[in-house]
Amino acid sequence: MPTLKQREARAGYAFLSPTLVVVLVVVVVPILWTIMLAFQEIRLANIRDAGIFSAYSLANFGTVFQSTGFWQSLITTVAYSIGATALSVGIGLAAALALRRKFPMRTGVRAAMLLPYVAPVVAVTFAWEVMLSPQYGIANRWGQSLLGWDRPVAFLSQRELTWSVFGFDIPVPVALLTVIAFEGWRYFPFAFLFLLARLQAVPADLEEASYVDGATISQRFRWIILPQLMPVIALLAVLRFIMTFNKFDDVYLLTGGGAGTEVVSVRVYQFLTARFDIGAAAAQALVLAGVLVVFLAVYMKFFAPRLDGDNEH
Amino acid sequence: MSTDQTAPPVTPVEAAAAVETAPRRPVRVSTTRDTAETVIFGILRWLTIAFLIVVTAFPFYYMLLLSVRPIDKVLQNPARLWVSAEEFTVETYRTVLRSVEDGGQGFLSLLFNTGLVALATVAVTLLVAIPGSYAVSRLRFTGRRQVHFLFLAVYLFPSILLAIPMFVLFTRIGLRGSLAGLTIVYVAQTVPVSIYMLRNYLSTIPESIEEAAAIDGCSRLDIVRRVVIPLAAPAIMANALYIFMIAWNEFLFALLFLVEERDKWTVSLGLAQLSGGIEVSKTVLMAGSVVLTIPVVLLFFAAERLLVEGLTAGADKG
Repeated sequence: MPTLKQREARAGYAFLSPTLVVVLVVVVVPILWTIMLAFQEIRLANIRDAGIFSAYSLANFGTVFQSTGFWQSLITTVAYSIGATALSVGIGLAAALALRRKFPMRTGVRAAMLLPYVAPVVAVTFAWEVMLSPQYGIANRWGQSLLGWDRPVAFLSQRELTWSVFGFDIPVPVALLTVIAFEGWRYFPFAFLFLLARLQAVPADLEEASYVDGATISQRFRWIILPQLMPVIALLAVLRFIMTFNKFDDVYLLTGGGAGTEVVSVRVYQFLTARFDIGAAAAQALVLAGVLVVFLAVYMKFFAPRLDGDNEH
Repeated sequence: MSTDQTAPPVTPVEAAAAVETAPRRPVRVSTTRDTAETVIFGILRWLTIAFLIVVTAFPFYYMLLLSVRPIDKVLQNPARLWVSAEEFTVETYRTVLRSVEDGGQGFLSLLFNTGLVALATVAVTLLVAIPGSYAVSRLRFTGRRQVHFLFLAVYLFPSILLAIPMFVLFTRIGLRGSLAGLTIVYVAQTVPVSIYMLRNYLSTIPESIEEAAAIDGCSRLDIVRRVVIPLAAPAIMANALYIFMIAWNEFLFALLFLVEERDKWTVSLGLAQLSGGIEVSKTVLMAGSVVLTIPVVLLFFAAERLLVEGLTAGADKG
């Protein structure tokens, strides 16, 4: 007769086994396989001959590091991730603060604010594409008639625009900024939701006390609210950074990776489907994951307050 | 605390007295800066709200607007913000939904594909994730904590990294180009987040209820079926909706696996493929976008409260 403890453990494994099978077969094995593929010279044509015992080499990494535009795309990915993270968390914070106190229709407004996050990415990128089109886009029409632009701006296909201000010519990476703006728009609701939930749990007494002491709104925000939001903001920043870093859909659908917006995941896709170079694609994906791990390690070492999914102990 | 030099000193006694007489709004003397800030931030707050409403809702309004205007009128006057009665048309919707043989874009069958994959994903994911999350939240066994780490790690890896071997594997075993193959991938993508959401909820169910059921002679499986699932029904519903949304909106894997077989396309894939070309008019595609967006948005509004609470559970603990 097994003890109660043994029975419990046995039930635990039994209940968890379907999950483990799925995660193992469709996530862990593929990851290990990618690592393997990255060291093999495999193209789609000879995929059937590939096996565990094919020759291993570092050739793919050589191909990747020497290929034109690789380093540029890594820089683009980092800029894109940082910009999009800052923008989405920033807007999310502003939105959460603005919607903190009750007002008529608040529930409706809050729900509307989540639209960009829940709507299908293909539909919203298409709407943005049409709105920003230089031929029939509403943004350019209004820009020309209301803001006096000389000619339409190709938001999604123009790499750079020179902006003259006070006699200086400042190059503006138009397409990259547009893509970052899109990310900020699409993901601020995520930050907004979490920040609003946290804001509503802030105990009122501290704020009331500081109010009585004569603290102004900005002072209350700086010294009472912000410190309590900081852990959530940090967690959000990390989550958004990871997700944006790995993002494929948004950039692919908006610009196809052109005009200076080629992030690494789009590049991997192009290696895979245009060149059929599976080995090089895998090597590139691995580099992407590696860079992300380095970033996270640096973050955990120097900035992390506490990051784990475990909040029951 | 206060850096405001002009703030009048308020002693704790005075403050306490003020709180006692007017508990909601304590009496205090406002300074110029304080008044100014109250006014400025009061205005800013409304400006922010107005700006956010316009920015979030406008693309959707524009999508809806373009889908009911004829393409030649849109090209003539793209900046117009309303649709006149004589312009109004639903021909775009007919075209996009009609089957390809009848000269349409066949989105009706694409909708069917998408719905099928999304529902299958929900069913399988819940079947896997409910026992899984119960085990993680309730049962003590060696390796329980490591399981969390495994799930977290899944998120670190770009899905494009999983895409390559899945592409190779499915090509080999002939699952590429099938909706079943796509469902398997979606299940794997949604199980970790599903377990995370459910676990948070399950750990709030008092253990004593389960113990009572156990004393009454329920086996573990009975306890889960008869006690845990009914109690966790709201969380499970929210979770099901969330999974449905992810599967319905997914694009990358649909693109990789199904692109060559038009009759198996999901709506997202169809829209993305057609919008790249010039053969299909933009207003027809806008109608396609609306058709793609509406089910998700309706579901979302129907269950907004459930979803928001499910997603942010634990966020207020800091």
